[in-house]
Amino acid sequence: MDTNHIIETNDLRRTFKTRQGPLKAVAGLDLCVAPGEIFGFLGPNGAGKTTTLRMLSTLLPPTSGRASVAGCDLLREPQQVRERIGFVGQRGGSDPAVSGRNELVFQGRCYGMSNAEAWRRAAELITTLELESCADRPTGSYSGGQGRRLDIAMGLIHRPRLVFLDEPTSGLDPQGRARLWEEIRRLRREGMSVFLTTHYLEEADALCDRLAIIDHGKIVAEGTPDQLKRQIAGDVVKVGVGGNQEAALELLGGQPYVREATSRDGALRLAVDHGEAVMPAILRLLDGAGFDLQTISLSRPSLDDVFLRMTGRSLRETAA
Amino acid sequence: MKTLRDSWLVFHRYVGLTLRNPAWVVIGLIQPLLYLTLFAPLLKSVARAPGFPSGGAFNVFVPGLVIQLGLFGAAFVGFGLISELRLGVVERLRVTPVSRLALLLGRALRDVANLLVGSVLLILLSIPFGLVVHPVGLLVVLGLQALIGMLFGSLSYALALWLKSEDSFAPLLTTATLPLLLLSGVLLPLSLAPDWLRAIAAANPLAYAVDASRAVFNDHLSDTSVIKGVAIMAVLATAAVVTAARSFARAVA
Repeated sequence: MDTNHIIETNDLRRTFKTRQGPLKAVAGLDLCVAPGEIFGFLGPNGAGKTTTLRMLSTLLPPTSGRASVAGCDLLREPQQVRERIGFVGQRGGSDPAVSGRNELVFQGRCYGMSNAEAWRRAAELITTLELESCADRPTGSYSGGQGRRLDIAMGLIHRPRLVFLDEPTSGLDPQGRARLWEEIRRLRREGMSVFLTTHYLEEADALCDRLAIIDHGKIVAEGTPDQLKRQIAGDVVKVGVGGNQEAALELLGGQPYVREATSRDGALRLAVDHGEAVMPAILRLLDGAGFDLQTISLSRPSLDDVFLRMTGRSLRETAA
Repeated sequence: MKTLRDSWLVFHRYVGLTLRNPAWVVIGLIQPLLYLTLFAPLLKSVARAPGFPSGGAFNVFVPGLVIQLGLFGAAFVGFGLISELRLGVVERLRVTPVSRLALLLGRALRDVANLLVGSVLLILLSIPFGLVVHPVGLLVVLGLQALIGMLFGSLSYALALWLKSEDSFAPLLTTATLPLLLLSGVLLPLSLAPDWLRAIAAANPLAYAVDASRAVFNDHLSDTSVIKGVAIMAVLATAAVVTAARSFARAVA
């Protein structure tokens, strides 16, 4: 395995025995995550995201397959993997009766830090993650956002190279979500690799350098958000012109950057590759030819379109 | 060694939690105290029945009561673990490099410490009722109690990790502990029992612990029942610790 990747898996599988028969939660996963990137796993609930995460963080043994995490073999060197990764689960895992600071110190000591180191590092993270106001109160009294920030602090206490985040912003209000996104971007700036799971399209789109769409335990699409969206369809520029529609259509259709030009509902629909880049050209063209340009808009395919194309279902419906 | 350091770390955490909430140790004593004040006096007349061991009602009953505290004090610790499973604490700790054995030992040793504090309190409170205590005997009983704590505590944790839910854990626990209690001679000595009951009780490890406890309290330290009780508990406790540590390694939570 190429240990230049921070995560690399080879036909990773996990089957659960249930009363209804064996359940293939993860059915053969091959993925590579490069160091220093934010990698996302996008998929509906039940797709196998959390199971994969738990396998990669040593919580759950794979049924078969191999993986290398943070430079160590997952099956043969689980303790070394644990030393190098941070994990922030959906439930956090702090005791409601213990103060945030004490939880952080304990966590640090679990990773072998001395008492003094752990205290120093805890204080550092409390400041960075803006937990000063609540650090010495029991975690049971924290708001959703504070709790999540504490969970992230606990995952980072030992400065891991790789952090796993399981649905990091679920249950947060938009403000809390935006704050956390900034936090995650900051981690990348500091050189950490982040592997996160989410079922929120906007999150995958906004945050991830690369992502894999997972459904029924298999990866159905992989790439950067832009690559994925472009795979499905290009952008669509809709133009509304007064006067001679056919002439405008012919003019635009002949342009090299227009893949397809159609007329629908009184507007011209242009399929292009990079809508943002060609819109100025279209404006100049129509203006220069004397057309009466009334409206112009740009629509981009979404990751939901990607999901829909790959799986036949809409992610929004399944997430509801 | 890492396991020792980690066990101390985990122990320290759980002792901290207990000290914040010491009420539970005292509450655990209520049941034995009720038995002591409301049940033991009835034994005075039973003590004259043929087959009742010598030593006086309290010196026969209280040693059994101490073992009962051990059983019930330790058997229910799994509930705490189940709520920790729900909170994600177990998951969070299992991702760290902390030794799996330490995850068990730290908790179990805290439970043993609670148990010993409770046992000493119970014994002290029994002295005014007429219990006679010998210092060496006391140490042996506390050692026995520690083994019982490790045994039933570990089993309780292993069961909790397997069942993961209070709804199945509670009934299973009460169903399992009652025959253990009834067949151990705690309430009434087994010497009063018919042969068939005594035969079944011979399969109950707790019965040997009760016999040992009685022998020790009545200063018969060299009695074979003492060695038997301690040895059986030691072997079972070791097996239980190994089993439970493996459960922590495998826990899917």
